[in-house]
Amino acid sequence: MTLKEENHSEENLPATPHHEVFVAIDGFALLFDVLKSSGFQIVGPTIDQDAIVYDQIDSVDDLPKGWTDVQKPGLYRLNQRNDDKLFGYNVGPHSWKKYLFPPNVALSIGKKNEDGWEFQEAPDDPPKLAFLGVRACELAAIRIQDRVFVGGDYVDSTYQKRRQRILIIAVNCTQAAETCFCTSMDTGPRCTDGFDLALTELDDGFLVEASTPEGKAIVDQLITLEVTRKQQQSAELARQNAVDQIKKRMDTTEIRDLLMSNLEHARWDEVASRCLSCTNCTMVCPTCFCSSVEEVSDLAGENVERRRQWDSCFNLEFSYMNGGVVRDSTRSRYRQWMTHKLATWIDQFGTSGCVGCGRCISWCPVGIDLTEEVAAIRKDAP
Amino acid sequence: MSGKPRLGVFKFASCDGCQLSLLAAEDQLLGVADTVEIAYFLEATSRIQPGPYDIALIEGSITTQHDVERIKQIRADTHFLVTIGACATSGGIQALRNWSDCDEFVSSVYATPDYISTLATSTAIADHVKVDFELRGCPINQYQLIEVIQSVLAGRRPRTPVHSVCLDCKRRGTVCVMVAQGTACLGPVTQAGCNAICPEYNRGCYGCFGPAAQPNLVSLTDQFSANGMPREQIVNNLRSFNGNSPEFRVESDRIQAEQDGEQ
Repeated sequence: MTLKEENHSEENLPATPHHEVFVAIDGFALLFDVLKSSGFQIVGPTIDQDAIVYDQIDSVDDLPKGWTDVQKPGLYRLNQRNDDKLFGYNVGPHSWKKYLFPPNVALSIGKKNEDGWEFQEAPDDPPKLAFLGVRACELAAIRIQDRVFVGGDYVDSTYQKRRQRILIIAVNCTQAAETCFCTSMDTGPRCTDGFDLALTELDDGFLVEASTPEGKAIVDQLITLEVTRKQQQSAELARQNAVDQIKKRMDTTEIRDLLMSNLEHARWDEVASRCLSCTNCTMVCPTCFCSSVEEVSDLAGENVERRRQWDSCFNLEFSYMNGGVVRDSTRSRYRQWMTHKLATWIDQFGTSGCVGCGRCISWCPVGIDLTEEVAAIRKDAP
Repeated sequence: MSGKPRLGVFKFASCDGCQLSLLAAEDQLLGVADTVEIAYFLEATSRIQPGPYDIALIEGSITTQHDVERIKQIRADTHFLVTIGACATSGGIQALRNWSDCDEFVSSVYATPDYISTLATSTAIADHVKVDFELRGCPINQYQLIEVIQSVLAGRRPRTPVHSVCLDCKRRGTVCVMVAQGTACLGPVTQAGCNAICPEYNRGCYGCFGPAAQPNLVSLTDQFSANGMPREQIVNNLRSFNGNSPEFRVESDRIQAEQDGEQ
């Protein structure tokens, strides 16, 4: 549960996974009781507005049992499965960032009194949350946001406070959407680290792997069995199925230099003719972290609140500075987003800002696919 | 006479809904009344006073010659003129007449058409006089209205975002109805201000707050077509409360011309 140093290079991966146990499907409900009695609110996948979203859940019954989804550029549809899998879907419109980096949060408050102004931090006491169903690409996204918000000289206390109070229960993908490309970004589909517990769903239960003392403490309260060789093989097959289903690729070879040496490429004009500059890609992206801060006062001007809200480089006003707007065209805003995400993020934070989850592709109302944009620029590279 | 800034609220062709937003701001209304002197507001009081006005809120569009003269007088009497709502800002739903034969409407609606004196068009206030600030919405958002009054009094720029409705959907966690349900939605090209209420109730955005900053209408309507929406329906979607705003009008005219060209 504590914030760990980045520890993701190849040589640090465990040679063998942590010890796994089997939890039968009938015993899975107990996990909810154990989490609750350990003081956690549970957030996880559930169906709302024709999609599998992340929300507060209370029991196994809230999970999207027997449901999956079909995704294409600009399209997401729920579909019924022919089995009763609880986690048989791909990542949807929400990401966990809404819990760690809230879309709208009060930072400080000011009150006018006889002597002048009195300022104080806004009260902030986030609950302990158990994230249930975090995928490998999402673990990677949390790792990236950890670097952004708490990994440098300036620590974001809103994020840090929430991050320190979560328990991460990951789920290994056993299928992939058409929009998934985590294998190109080296972020999945296998969950390797950054979780307290990781599950692999089988027909009759789960293989459960604990990688932290906090995770182990939860498993110790569940009814577990030793994993049989057959179960181990089934899990391997299921996890390999996800790898096999990933067809989308993004060639990341020298991608930083490729994009930064093509800032005047004609493709930026072409994509700008399709881009709505609507901000959807940045909002669904699990790593995009831009925000704006504003002061909201009452009519008398005696009580002021400083609030932070999600914002986006696709907003015209976002680059407003004294004298005017810096990025005054959709072309410049799309280019800013993509070059930051895939190129200058590396300069800034040491990794790509993209985890290959495919959300920006599915949730773009006009289906712009950044892997195609990269490929189009690469095609013309010398 | 107090030394407070004098506020006038004036109505042109409209439904009164935007003025009612001011009255509906119950929590803040007394505060407003403390801050300004309400000099002209027929919806609230029959006690009316002549100009000059420090702030005028203008609701409604210009549809008669009398309107044209009256708005010029109000402009002359006013220091800071704010249009409130879709009618005043783009001509409103009644601007549908701009694409039709107004005389034909008059003759089929009224028993004695001779008594009716009207212009052939419904147009925005800014088409007739200089406007200092346009507050969008059908109806306007009461919190934005308070913000505008507050900012004018404080001498600062109003904080009313020009971003798309999509951003507000995402901030509140609403699932995109266009991607997940195939519902045509004007949200990506429409300015925020309503807190993205329609998509939250599984409906597409109707464009009540008019075009967002630098909207890409062509790309969005191409996507509507790709999703199977007939051109006629796309034109109807664009020609509603803000159909006469320049960006929506140009696009609906373009699609209409395409359709006419094929017939």
